[in-house]
Amino acid sequence: MIKVEWFYWLCGIFFLLIAMQAFNDRTNRKRLGSAAFWGLLGLSFCYGTFVVHKQAPSWLLGIAVIGIAALAGAGFPGRGQERTTTPEQRARFADRFGNKLFLPALVIPVVAAIFGAWLAKVKLGNGKPLLETGSATIIGLGVASILALIVGMILFRPNSPAVPLHEGRRLLEHIGWAAILPQMLATLGLLFTASGVGKAVGRVTDHLIPKGSLIAAVALYCIGMAIFTIIMGNAFAAFPVMTAAVGWPLLVQQFHGTPAVVFAVGMLAGFCGTLCTPMAANFNLVPAALLEMKDQYGPIKAQIPTAVPLLACNIAIMYIFAF
Amino acid sequence: MWVLLAIAVVVVGFALRINSMLVVTAAGIVAGLIGGLSPVKILNAFGDGFAGSRSVTVFIVTLPVIGLIERYGLQHQARKLISKLKVLTTGRLLALYMLIRQGTAAVGLTSIGGYAQAVRPLIHPMAAGAAERKYGKLPEKMQEKIKGFAASADTVGVFFGEDIFVAIGSILLITGFVDTTYGLKLEAIDIAVWAIPTGICALLIHGSRLWLLDRTLDKMAAQADAEAMGEDEEVAR
Repeated sequence: MIKVEWFYWLCGIFFLLIAMQAFNDRTNRKRLGSAAFWGLLGLSFCYGTFVVHKQAPSWLLGIAVIGIAALAGAGFPGRGQERTTTPEQRARFADRFGNKLFLPALVIPVVAAIFGAWLAKVKLGNGKPLLETGSATIIGLGVASILALIVGMILFRPNSPAVPLHEGRRLLEHIGWAAILPQMLATLGLLFTASGVGKAVGRVTDHLIPKGSLIAAVALYCIGMAIFTIIMGNAFAAFPVMTAAVGWPLLVQQFHGTPAVVFAVGMLAGFCGTLCTPMAANFNLVPAALLEMKDQYGPIKAQIPTAVPLLACNIAIMYIFAF
Repeated sequence: MWVLLAIAVVVVGFALRINSMLVVTAAGIVAGLIGGLSPVKILNAFGDGFAGSRSVTVFIVTLPVIGLIERYGLQHQARKLISKLKVLTTGRLLALYMLIRQGTAAVGLTSIGGYAQAVRPLIHPMAAGAAERKYGKLPEKMQEKIKGFAASADTVGVFFGEDIFVAIGSILLITGFVDTTYGLKLEAIDIAVWAIPTGICALLIHGSRLWLLDRTLDKMAAQADAEAMGEDEEVAR
């Protein structure tokens, strides 16, 4: 059986290699802290295997996670000088390779879909599934990325096998600590649930809607996602809160909604909130600045008339398809 | 009910733009302490939560190949293809750009669009150029309108396209969170396919608004002309 843990180790090793590169990167003024950040992250990924299998204490990983967050708070990781091609070189390469450039990228969704939709159902001779249950897509993604990389190496023939690693680091350093923010928010969701935050929000929302009304509960989840997202500027942060409060206890447990539909559409309802909020500066204020707009809320004004009907669509989609 | 303070920590922390990683960690600790968890239990929850939701971060394995194709001119090639749309009107150009942005994001090619990479250097100049060909010099109001809609074409397109691709933070966050917290075993791809209906709605709603932008611009141009005429008459008098 192909296990998902293998791919977490792949991620862990990738982070450790990034840490080594960052450590040796004299152009990165924060190279030590950056190496510590990526290194600690890589070790945590590998150590996580033993935590999941209950072979090692969780609190040690807990300390490491808080350490990673502290490093992020202290301004790490930093960025070194990018080791990539110049715009002129890229233009020439684009002329040479043309639409072949899209090929490696398209390998990823195709292979991931094959794994998720088809190989997920394949059983081995001993009756066990070929891919670990519930992780087929993740495994597919890992395999797809490796295949895509092989296709890319054959097509473009870079002069060193370290080239994709440097390019990967360029992108990862660009993302910085935000790369693990979603994972931190998922972790926060677990803490919220363990501490009873969801139950407390649920007690508040109980008073907001008529008992036993499905449409009211669906609307509450979707509109709540949008409003929390508008306040926090981040649908990812709203998701654990609203799901613990309404999505899971009310929509899935009480009304027996299909989890995949409820959660997918709930997240998208949050995205409708992102379209309307200056708190999501990256998406709404940065383009206004880049386009030198007089009115920094111009993009938001263009988006609100789309966000409102789209939120209504999400409520309808969830109501129709999840129940 | 005091445990709700933990949500307040998130809200206030994000609002004050404190580093999000710190905010999230602090909110978790606050929730645990008020919820009556011992310090060791809180650390255990951080460890278990992090280990259980590692799937959320696996999207990073796609970075080396994406970086590689960028190195060899992905964005240049995309720009070359998009610049072939030059003959279109402002509204149609932006609608088509949104379709492209959404479609490519749905297969994981989020890096070929973006405000800095595409909207500012390419899409906005093309959209504004098409309007100038039609109306002459644009009054500020119209310029602002085109800029706002050009940015929105990118944003709406990528938001409601990327969720159809499995290796994206939001999808992985959903599976990572609910699998760890509620013990479900959701497949990322099952979540991703349920992003398709909303994606279609987004395309229909925002796409048609972009398409109809030409009419809005017609009206704005007519109004601006009328105002200019009015001013001329006053001067004449």
